[in-house]
Amino acid sequence: MNMATTNAPNAPKNAFRSEKNLNHVKNRFFTVFVWGISAIIVLFILALLFLILEKGLPSLSWGFIMGLPSEMEEGGGIGPALFNSFYMLVISLLISIPLGMAAGIYLAEFAPNNKLIGFVRVCVEGLASVPSIIFGLFGIALFVEMLGIGLTIIGGAVSLAFLNLPVMTRVTEEAIRAVPKELKQASFALGATHLQTIRRALIPTAISGIVTGICLVAGRAFGESAVIILTAGVSTSGEMWDFNLFSPGATLAVHLWYVQSEAIVPDAVSISDKAAAVLVFVILMFNIVFRIPLWIKDRKNR
Amino acid sequence: MQLESSAQRPIIGTGASELGGSIKAGSGKKFDRKNRLLIYNRFFKIACIASAVFVCLVLFSILFFMFRTGVLTFQDVSPMTFFFSTDWSPENESYGAFVFIFGTFALTLLTLVISVPLSVIIAVFLAEVAPKWLRNILRPVLDLLVGIPSVVYGFLGLTILIPLLRDLTGTNMGDGILAAAIVLTIMVLPTISRISDDAISVVPRKYRDASYALGATRFQTIFKVIVPAARSGIMYAVILGMARAIGETMAVVMVIGNTPQLADALFKPTSVLTSNIVMQIANVPFDSTWNNALYMMGFLLLIISLLMIVLVRMFQRKGAQQ
Repeated sequence: MNMATTNAPNAPKNAFRSEKNLNHVKNRFFTVFVWGISAIIVLFILALLFLILEKGLPSLSWGFIMGLPSEMEEGGGIGPALFNSFYMLVISLLISIPLGMAAGIYLAEFAPNNKLIGFVRVCVEGLASVPSIIFGLFGIALFVEMLGIGLTIIGGAVSLAFLNLPVMTRVTEEAIRAVPKELKQASFALGATHLQTIRRALIPTAISGIVTGICLVAGRAFGESAVIILTAGVSTSGEMWDFNLFSPGATLAVHLWYVQSEAIVPDAVSISDKAAAVLVFVILMFNIVFRIPLWIKDRKNR
Repeated sequence: MQLESSAQRPIIGTGASELGGSIKAGSGKKFDRKNRLLIYNRFFKIACIASAVFVCLVLFSILFFMFRTGVLTFQDVSPMTFFFSTDWSPENESYGAFVFIFGTFALTLLTLVISVPLSVIIAVFLAEVAPKWLRNILRPVLDLLVGIPSVVYGFLGLTILIPLLRDLTGTNMGDGILAAAIVLTIMVLPTISRISDDAISVVPRKYRDASYALGATRFQTIFKVIVPAARSGIMYAVILGMARAIGETMAVVMVIGNTPQLADALFKPTSVLTSNIVMQIANVPFDSTWNNALYMMGFLLLIISLLMIVLVRMFQRKGAQQ
């Protein structure tokens, strides 16, 4: 625009007009460009996910989902790995949800606004940014070396819980902070104690944010592999429904990697195709099952 | 009786002041409703404090463990060799980690070069160009993509991308830093674009109106007004994406080739800090120099990612000042 006004005196009469046209051409071009790039990228990524599901899901059978893995022959299943995935997920959530929520509630509700709490917040954020493999190394140092229990389900689950703790804390804090002040004041005005206010007013209002956070954490725990390889190993006990906390605990994500790059079974490609499809399918289900009710609820409230 | 009342008094005292005196006097029995509520409240608060302390404790014990084991490396290897030698052959007692440090930085840089422009374009598209119905579909989809496990992306890279790269270059080499950067780009793209999208969406409406009132086109408004106004938010997004790229392990392991040689070409099997740790840690005894060197590499990663957080906070503060 500047250009047009400064050039106008020396330029011929229609200079302003051509400048304007050029800008419009640029604008048009830019719109097409942005649409094009975005469409290509989004479609590309969605196509990849579709490809995974399409390659794996049609050939799935119960025999594969529940079957035992094999080291040498064709036809191994993913039963124990899939079971370990869910088992570890449950244990790690049992640890990380209460601790993470309590820490989040403290930061949102009780914490005074001073330097120390600022430091605690930096710690939480710092812990959230620590690469997952570091939690794996920490798990080795803690469980394998210090406690001497070897590569176990419990070691993996606790390391996973540590990984998810800061995420849970931050999500809870943000969700509770976003609750309108009036609600809290109304609850206090009715004579509720702080605990009653948190339990009956703040958490139910913030539940949508908290559940989204739990979804995120659950998906991360279900799909995480680096931590599990280091703390729970790459093999399973080879039995279905093995609830022993001290048996080795490769999960589905680990099994996918292991079959693809280390194992010598002849049908590795088909196993890993199907395992990847199951993995993506379960993660999608987590999101759909937990988020859609909230999404509908939010729509209704609007 | 005496003991009881003296034990109760401090509970009532602190409780009542905290709660704005909302609880009226109880019946005087030891476990009447009032005291029960006060005890619950108190216990709950202590549990919350303990959890917050626990989170900090986890961070510090990680720092402690990594440092304690990692620093033992320097008993056998001089820091100069560790940081600047390119010779990593633990079988022959040479522990030069420069290849991996360089690999990590090169990979992160390449990832950012590819992913940042694309992410910003997608963020602009989401926040400014797309119609509302498309925006309402795309945002949840991108959020969903953040949750796809990294091993799945690695698997895709291994089974689809690498054969494709082999075809394109016509050589046998597909593994390497370019393949890893493309896989990482797909992984960090949803993160960077969604956070940038949020940053662009909160730019005040009046900026837009003022720019249009001056006769600017949408292109000019977006690139001269809106993107500069959302700069600190976009930087924040980029740093988060960068942190994810630096720490990513499994997706990288599957496509990078895992060979300790310097990443001076796009198609050359190499190795980064994370991939080297995960490939080797299972096979070494805990007290060996080899193991200590791997922990030192982990400690380096830890320090880099904590520095990122300091950067992020700086940008957040800058954003808050604006």
